[in-house]
Amino acid sequence: MKMTKIVRTTADLFFPFCLVFGLYVVVHGHLTPGGGFQGGAVMATGTALLLVARAYDDVTGRIRKGAMKVCEAAGLLIFLCAGFSGLFAGRPFMANWIARDGALFRTAIAHGPNAGDLNTAGLLPLLNFGVGIEVLGGLTVILLYMLSGIKEEKKK
Amino acid sequence: MTSRLLLALPFFTVVVLIVLGLAVMLSKRNVVKILMGLSLMESAVNLFLVATGYRHDSVAPIYTNVPAGPMALPTVQALTLTSIVIGVATSAMLLSFAMVIYRKYGTTDIQKIKKLKG
Amino acid sequence: MDTFVMRHLPALLIAVPLLAAFLMPIVGGAGRVVRNAWVVLGALATSAVGLALAWKVLAAGTVLYVFGAAAPHVPLPMDSGGIPIRIIFQVDALSALMVVIASLSSLGITIYSLAAESRQSGLETFYAMLFLLVAGVLGMVSTGDLFNFFVFLEISSLAGAALVAYRVDNGVAVEAGLKYALLSTLGALAVLTAIGILIGQYNALNLATLASRMQFTTLDKIALVLLAVPLAMKCGAVPMHFWTPDAYATAPSSVTAFLVVSSQASLYGLFRILFSLYGDLVHFSWATFGWFLIVLGVLSMFVGVTMAIPQKDVKRLMAYHAVSQTGYMLLGVGVGLAVLGNADALAQYGKTAMAGGLFHIINHAMYKGLLFLTAGAVFYRTGTRNLNKLGGLGHDMPWTMVFFMIGALAIAGVPPFNGFASKLLIYESVFRFSPFLSIVAMIVSILTLASFVKVFHSMFLGPRRAEFAAVREVPVPMLAGMALLAVFVVAAGLAPQPFVDRLIQPAVEALVDRAGYIAAILGGN
Repeated sequence: MKMTKIVRTTADLFFPFCLVFGLYVVVHGHLTPGGGFQGGAVMATGTALLLVARAYDDVTGRIRKGAMKVCEAAGLLIFLCAGFSGLFAGRPFMANWIARDGALFRTAIAHGPNAGDLNTAGLLPLLNFGVGIEVLGGLTVILLYMLSGIKEEKKK
Repeated sequence: MTSRLLLALPFFTVVVLIVLGLAVMLSKRNVVKILMGLSLMESAVNLFLVATGYRHDSVAPIYTNVPAGPMALPTVQALTLTSIVIGVATSAMLLSFAMVIYRKYGTTDIQKIKKLKG
Repeated sequence: MDTFVMRHLPALLIAVPLLAAFLMPIVGGAGRVVRNAWVVLGALATSAVGLALAWKVLAAGTVLYVFGAAAPHVPLPMDSGGIPIRIIFQVDALSALMVVIASLSSLGITIYSLAAESRQSGLETFYAMLFLLVAGVLGMVSTGDLFNFFVFLEISSLAGAALVAYRVDNGVAVEAGLKYALLSTLGALAVLTAIGILIGQYNALNLATLASRMQFTTLDKIALVLLAVPLAMKCGAVPMHFWTPDAYATAPSSVTAFLVVSSQASLYGLFRILFSLYGDLVHFSWATFGWFLIVLGVLSMFVGVTMAIPQKDVKRLMAYHAVSQTGYMLLGVGVGLAVLGNADALAQYGKTAMAGGLFHIINHAMYKGLLFLTAGAVFYRTGTRNLNKLGGLGHDMPWTMVFFMIGALAIAGVPPFNGFASKLLIYESVFRFSPFLSIVAMIVSILTLASFVKVFHSMFLGPRRAEFAAVREVPVPMLAGMALLAVFVVAAGLAPQPFVDRLIQPAVEALVDRAGYIAAILGGN
């Protein structure tokens, strides 16, 4: 059965907002509630919305399994490489070595209550970003595989 | 007296949810419903973890524009988040198993999925 | 040797298999040869890091690694007020023993699986899951943080369940995977509840810090039960062993051999909780908790071997024997726990019993892994695991038959193989504790021998069968994997004393020394 045109159009309109909100939650993970997994789950909800509104063949034109697997692998690699980068900077694994004197995110965090500066917390925003796209890729791949499994059932 | 009961309310909820989850897992015959019971129990344990971190009159442990006062424990919240992620992965895997079992056995009744015996 | 690698060994122990797992989908897409090369490289690197770490620990004492701090060996940061605030890996001699087991076993089974699984599809996922399982087991045995232990426990359970269900087998393997995953998740939820109770009371997750603050209130007793029972279930102790035959029988053989190691990692967790976390505080219940382990051990030994005898599926039979052998380990260490408060009983036979139990862990991993790999070799060539249908394979599979004989004699406790060495330690020390238990252990050993004589006769002796006329010996990678484990079985049997002195005795001392475990992090408080 096919969803009505209203549902499909609304899902298409809503999908980019979902992605943007998810990325907002990911990027501000060190300041507001949220972070890698939560933002990634919001982004995957956007793709799930598209999957629910459209048939499997329509969706796989836009959201390919391959692209999502690359997202997942890239996210995992970003996470591990960030961990290894601590080793090469002379600190233990996963040490926050760019917090005060690295290139990005180097402002020290002010003590006590403050308005929150995005340019702080060193390694953490990178880790959040890695986890965010990994979760987006991972959850979407799970949904796509499960959907293709149902499709096989219908074919039989 | 009532305030102490109110403070203990999350823990009562945890016990109720665990009992409900166990009841569902033991009494239902459909595999997907059993997995729903498992998910209910996972939510109960997550609630227990978060409730453990509350301190009297505390606020959320976020520094951005925070009002004055003690803060609730943030480490248990990190534990809960990890547990939720593990729960998502477990549910995804178990539901995929349920789909494959349905395709191969033709039924989702747990009492008929018993080819392994002895 | 203060090189970069040696300084960061505990981090590399987890990071190397994880890197191998995460890059597997990408590398695997480049073709079969590249994928196999990456697998071998990853396995060799992991085993090398594990063995190097164990060597460092046995030579220099407990190795600490603080993740994300200014320097890896400083557990107490300057501005924390004397509290270890980060995830700390604390690798002492007992952890080193388990790391050695996991490293050797993972190397053997990975080489074996190169040939054994070559006919399956989707192998990138298989190897990614296998490396995740290896990383999970290595993390479980090296961590000094209770929640980190839970996370690695879940990683290894999930990866293990996915691997059990890997060969779909018309749904039978998936059913076993479903049962394994359900029981593991329930157990993990209980462990998480216990962790919640402990952090709510003491506001610490580090094992050493918890141990130093532990007061053994009623809530702590509840937490102990909630921790001990799921870990005993995960290692296959008897009232909760029902997942073991199903999961071990339907998993691919290389995975089964490593699932044995994974169960032993849960056994390690049980011992760590009982000895290092609670330890001497269990004053009045000294006898109770030691006897809890002893009763579990005796039940496992007996029920395991009696349920193994009528089995027709060879891997199911071996799985029941795995349950039975776990009973020996529980018996040995349980006797040690029961006399822990009594200093001279401990010195006379308690430590020997524990040494026997711990030596049995490594011996069991090696010979049980070898047996599962030979069963897998037979399945690879003949396509069946049913003993009634097999026969006469000794003519065409001589090497597999020799490896099976080595494994069978080792599990039955016949000299000069390693099973005899550890079982002798258990017999003689348990006899001084309670003669009845020792006699039960010996009877179980005889029944094990009987069972494996039957299996050997059904599988390898007798005339050649018509349907197996085309059977040849298995490919070289499988033989190499089996040979690696067999070499250890023979070596530890011919010369057990160096192993006991250099590997097992330090582990026993580390397990009994709760104050030392705390002092390694908190510095003698």
